[in-house]
Amino acid sequence: MSSFVRISEVKPGDRDRIGGKGYALAVMARRGIAVPAALCIDLGVYRQFLSATGIDSLILFELGRKRFEDMRWEEIWDTSLRIRNLFLTTPLPDSLRDSLRGVIESEFARKAVVVRSSAPGEDSSRVSFAGLHDSFVNVRGADRIIEYIRLVWASLWSDRALLYRREIGLDVEGSAMAVVVQEIVEGERSGVAFTRNPLEDSQAVIEAVFGLNQGLVDGTVEPDRWILDRQSGRIITHREPPHEKAVFPAPGGTVLGEIPPGWRGRPPLDSVEVGRVYELARYCEEIFGAPQDVEWTLRGDRLFALQSRPITTAKSYGGDDARPWYLSLRRSFENLKLLRSKIEGEILPAMERDADALSGTDVSQLSDRELADELERRSSTRDRWTKAYWDHCIPFAHGMRLFGEFYNDVIRPENPYEFMDYLSGSGMISLRRNALLDEMASLIRNDRNLEMTLREGVTPPAGDAFTDRFDRFIREFGDITMSFTGSHAGDAGKKLLRLILEMAHRPVGRVRRRDERELAEEFLSRFEGPGRPFAAEMLELGRASYRLRDDDNIYLQRIEAQFERARAEALRRLEVRGVKNAGSLDVPEVVKALKDPGYVPSGKTEPSLKAPAGPFEVRSRQIVGQPASPGIVTGPARVVRAFEELFDFVAGEILVCDALEPEMTFVIPLALGIIERRGGMLIHGAIIAREYGIPCVTGVPEAVARIQTGDRVTVDGYLGIVVIDRSD
Amino acid sequence: MSSEQEQLETLEALFSSQRLGVLSTQRDGRPHATLVAFASTDDLREIIIATTRATRKFSNLSKNPEVALLVDSRTNAPADVREAVAVTANGVAGEVRPEETGRLKTLYLDKHPYLREFLRSPSCAVIRISVKSYTIVRRFQTVTELRVRE
Repeated sequence: MSSFVRISEVKPGDRDRIGGKGYALAVMARRGIAVPAALCIDLGVYRQFLSATGIDSLILFELGRKRFEDMRWEEIWDTSLRIRNLFLTTPLPDSLRDSLRGVIESEFARKAVVVRSSAPGEDSSRVSFAGLHDSFVNVRGADRIIEYIRLVWASLWSDRALLYRREIGLDVEGSAMAVVVQEIVEGERSGVAFTRNPLEDSQAVIEAVFGLNQGLVDGTVEPDRWILDRQSGRIITHREPPHEKAVFPAPGGTVLGEIPPGWRGRPPLDSVEVGRVYELARYCEEIFGAPQDVEWTLRGDRLFALQSRPITTAKSYGGDDARPWYLSLRRSFENLKLLRSKIEGEILPAMERDADALSGTDVSQLSDRELADELERRSSTRDRWTKAYWDHCIPFAHGMRLFGEFYNDVIRPENPYEFMDYLSGSGMISLRRNALLDEMASLIRNDRNLEMTLREGVTPPAGDAFTDRFDRFIREFGDITMSFTGSHAGDAGKKLLRLILEMAHRPVGRVRRRDERELAEEFLSRFEGPGRPFAAEMLELGRASYRLRDDDNIYLQRIEAQFERARAEALRRLEVRGVKNAGSLDVPEVVKALKDPGYVPSGKTEPSLKAPAGPFEVRSRQIVGQPASPGIVTGPARVVRAFEELFDFVAGEILVCDALEPEMTFVIPLALGIIERRGGMLIHGAIIAREYGIPCVTGVPEAVARIQTGDRVTVDGYLGIVVIDRSD
Repeated sequence: MSSEQEQLETLEALFSSQRLGVLSTQRDGRPHATLVAFASTDDLREIIIATTRATRKFSNLSKNPEVALLVDSRTNAPADVREAVAVTANGVAGEVRPEETGRLKTLYLDKHPYLREFLRSPSCAVIRISVKSYTIVRRFQTVTELRVRE
């Protein structure tokens, strides 16, 4: 039995080895539907590659590091990236490469193809989630096709597939991936058809775009959409967006471009063609015995089915299931470019204006009634921007990941995170803030008198180099650094002074920086010809994503700080009035109490849940997280649970925290190493730690509960391991 | 994940599924490792093994009672890196006093009935390890310690 089988020669028993997608195409061809010529590469080839190269045990090892339940999506993405890189950088055994090359050359010669995943179980009626595995459009030439076959194999372990591992039965030992290599049909009009509307059982849906389907699938081109009566096929509604862009084949992939003038001014399908597409989809439903989601294209007058699968969606399993949200974070290049201009052009400037406007009001001067109104105003401003942050800023962080995948595909580096080197140095606000702290520390280091003055709690008069910088720091960053300490300006200033003295006391880490332009040149020198402008755009996008991921938090924190300031003032007044545990009250309660002096709400105390001590004492000795910044160090731990505790930090300690937000990263230059519960390579703490060359391990489950201040801990940033040595 | 209850359940499951472990003793700083049949008390504070008095391990532990016993669930398959659990018990070993042998012998023979004749021999000693701590290794390198509270 050959490992390769043409769609036209598939036999009923082949389903288990060529996967659902390939098998469905074969069935459609047999029943007279026009499908593109295609070749299936069965599971055996995947298995052969894995066992011959030993990747199988490496995947096992990678997936076994931590329990999935303890991993955030970012960590799962990281894991997936490392596995993807294994597939990319491990050479195919010669015999396998030769046989693949031979069969692909004889089937397709120089024709362009689509390389599609065809996992067993995928597209079965049990589970079918669109987009868990990868497909690649418009690939030409045996060697290129083989490269993409590897990527399709790797996508068996994509972040999406790992998130839905239970539903799709992804099994570390048993799972394998088949591939369909399909001749491309360059349709002028394409789309999808759902024989049953997922939102309304009595209806069907047809969507169509000009050009290739990719624009519709990844959301960059808005489709025309017809809602049909499922029974009669009658058109109920037609929604027509402006017809401007379409996705076309381009060398090595696809490109988004303007619709040619001849196509403008009418929808991609007329009503008769809508009927034809629906008829095709219903026929597929009849063949497979369940409502179908059919991908189709029209070339000239000829209607092709590209794939058909049962309708199911990656639906949410209950309120806590965040996975559909994670899936929605994968954005296309075009979508990310739009997001960027919205964030930089609209969101951040408007946030800054709002923060400035709010800071113009001194809350301590307001009457109780005015303060109540101000608190409500700030609360709604904060809620509005928090929503904008989640809707636009968080998805934009995908730009870094997209750049990473692009970089790894082209460069094939040994280290899958090499791409990070090219993103850094893009002028993040938090690094400017830290540089200012560093300048003040240097002034102290070089001036004994200054140090002595400051130790007495006095700052030199205005005009002094130190005082100027200190005032500038309070002006630019004070909002975020101070307002969470709950202290008044004077106290906060003292805390900050102590911290700067601490920084001066020990030589602090310096940002190791290569010139931004030099790095860009180095990166772009690897591209020639038409690929270069795209690579430059990709780099630009990745850098913006890297920078904004940190910066947008700082903008949001300025708003947050103004809200906290008003809230702190309100709570202080309520406490004076005798309200107990005012801190636990929500905003409406606080507002009500401020407006009505007779209303005395009662706050709640948190019940303390402490398990009774059993016969054994449990201690974590070694915890596995994710390597996030290389290096190995051993030192005393400082567990930080609340923002104000950062000001107690002593140089040379190891910072242990739950989640290090950008407004907290000013303390990083003092740290010997960093341990964080929240996981991922691309989180704030890890980014800043790498900038300073400080070892960092993220994704350490229950870090703050398992480590105590004073424990001697080792941070192994190479392997992502934390070792705890507690003296008795 | 690190709760005491969960860790104890891991220990109980491992100790009931595994029959043999590796006992480490030492003499003059030279380590000596041997495979032994073991049983454990319900409260996990004691582990019982049996040996003849002429063995090196017996003479070692008579001179230096500090021992370690490794019990693990490896199956010699690639999945071991993810699924195998290894537990090292650290404690003090000593021959059981005659008045206690009855209870501990029953416990031991419940698990290892084929050793009845062996245990009956006058040359055989029943050894109790009073556990001071357990080190539990999961997923190749996640390490947790359980210490017996005094």
